[in-house]
Amino acid sequence: MGKKIVVETKDLTKRYDGTTVVDRLNLHVAENEVFGLLGPNGAGKTTTILMLLGLTEPASGAARVFGFDSTKEPLKVKRLAGYLPERLGFYENLTARENLKFIARLNNIGEVESQRLVGEVLEAVGMADMADTAVSKFSRGMKQRLGIADVLVKKPRVAFLDEPTAGLDPEGINQILDLIAKLPKKGTTVVLSSHRLYEVQRVCHSIGILSKGKLVVEGSLAALGRKALAEGRYRIEVGTAKASPQLRKVISKISGVRKVEAKGNVMHITADADLRAEIAKAVIDSDIPLTKMDIQEFSLDEIYMKYFHEG
Amino acid sequence: MFTIFRKELADFFTSIRGIVVLILVFAISALALHAAYAGIRGETETEFVFLRLFTTSEQAIPALLNFPTVIALFFMPFIGIALGFDAINSERARGTLSRVLSQPVFRDNVINAKFLASIVILSLVAAASMLLIAGYGLRIIGVPPSSEEVIRLFIYLVSIIVYGAFWIGLAMLFSVLFRWVGSSLLTSLAFWLFFGLFYIFMVAPALANALAPTADGTTQALINNYEMQQLLLRISPSYLFLESSTVLLLPLVRTLGIITIGEAAYMIPNPLSLGQSLLLAWPHLTILIGLTAVCFGVSYVVFMRQEVRAT
Repeated sequence: MGKKIVVETKDLTKRYDGTTVVDRLNLHVAENEVFGLLGPNGAGKTTTILMLLGLTEPASGAARVFGFDSTKEPLKVKRLAGYLPERLGFYENLTARENLKFIARLNNIGEVESQRLVGEVLEAVGMADMADTAVSKFSRGMKQRLGIADVLVKKPRVAFLDEPTAGLDPEGINQILDLIAKLPKKGTTVVLSSHRLYEVQRVCHSIGILSKGKLVVEGSLAALGRKALAEGRYRIEVGTAKASPQLRKVISKISGVRKVEAKGNVMHITADADLRAEIAKAVIDSDIPLTKMDIQEFSLDEIYMKYFHEG
Repeated sequence: MFTIFRKELADFFTSIRGIVVLILVFAISALALHAAYAGIRGETETEFVFLRLFTTSEQAIPALLNFPTVIALFFMPFIGIALGFDAINSERARGTLSRVLSQPVFRDNVINAKFLASIVILSLVAAASMLLIAGYGLRIIGVPPSSEEVIRLFIYLVSIIVYGAFWIGLAMLFSVLFRWVGSSLLTSLAFWLFFGLFYIFMVAPALANALAPTADGTTQALINNYEMQQLLLRISPSYLFLESSTVLLLPLVRTLGIITIGEAAYMIPNPLSLGQSLLLAWPHLTILIGLTAVCFGVSYVVFMRQEVRAT
């Protein structure tokens, strides 16, 4: 791809009280893409993000953001990176605008400039009309959107979003995902962590799946999709009145069928395409009554679930 | 750092906590004035009349209620704890700590700014209360303070601030150590109740009696008992401060030790000079500054090493 790698880790390891939470992690995130860090709870996603930001020290290995070492030059990293924590909190007694202005001041953004920027990001997340309402009156979804605004106000080159959609209703999730999808065009690389594959598939260009602190899969969604495809994307289950080795042979000769497994009266067929019509025809031609036919699309879900269960 | 400092100040003055503290300032000043007004008329001594505004109390109310005692035992511990008990852990609980720390600020700026802001508030409160008494007192008695009295009062004010800073430091230490705001508040209050009140009035005398019994009734035994009690009492920061304020505000107090009637007969009833009073109070103040430094130092170190994650 030849794209610039802006976030990378090298053998990043973290231990808490003897347990290894992140285990020799090697991540690469290219500029202006949305990278999804997938994994079940406790896989080490949050810890990885904290180490990338220099908020937690790794036991060994290194994390680099735009070439700056997160452990040794955390301030330089924090100047470029925005962070949306998993358990996001605001000063409840202050308004949305005041909360954002406080963050702007911490980033040494001048008064006039911050006034403009705060208005701009509140507009971007669709909260301009709520700007002067105290945060204590906000709903969970609104706070989460304010959180995105909070990340954007410093104009980060890279944004680390930890479970940005946790605890939201479907509409809230959609709003957040739409906001995230727009970020790369504005020059912000996004690293987001999630345990929901669906969201990640929707907005991410590439993903890494973490399990027990280890990176088990990394790559662009397209490449991973092809990989899944190569293994046969469809799984068709055919039930017949009686088992027939003859029929099994016929079906396995249909083009596109990769594998046929028979278990009593039921056959599990792995195929590259939706071959239900062809299979049905074969069954009918063999004069054995067809009792059942099911199809399952084999997707990234399965890869993910596989590691999910292991973890 | 200035940004956080400014926010802390603004937070205090707009919070309920701020209003409560201000009401307390008025109440305590009024109480002290009332006590002084009633008591000062019966005085025959003509020296240091102005200082006596701060130390005299009406005979009817117990001696506990004069200004230095109230300040030492109740007011400063209360304000110190009110300012410090939730400094760090409330931010952690609300999830704002990780947001602030992910900005380009040094981690110690957060705790330094909070400590500094609390000390500034405390200084304002203490100065306001003393100025109220001084101003109204001047109207009541009509005797202007001498320059030595002004200097003594100023040094007293500084010692109040040092003493208050100790309580802030202590409360802040608990706020760093405990995750739950309730536990840091309760621990601070317990510390205050024990070392500030019970220890002085019950534990130390009882301990002294146990360690240096006065059963045989000899003079030496009585002296030993008194000195033992003195030694034990000085473990309590409140008692230390009380002693030093007595020396500063009552120039006639010539020693903090014990004087026999035989020795007293040779003493000229003259006030101590400012320098000599300072000399008497100096060790006490040094210990208070030391204790403050220890509390803040430990909070600082623990805070710097603490994990940021909220969960």
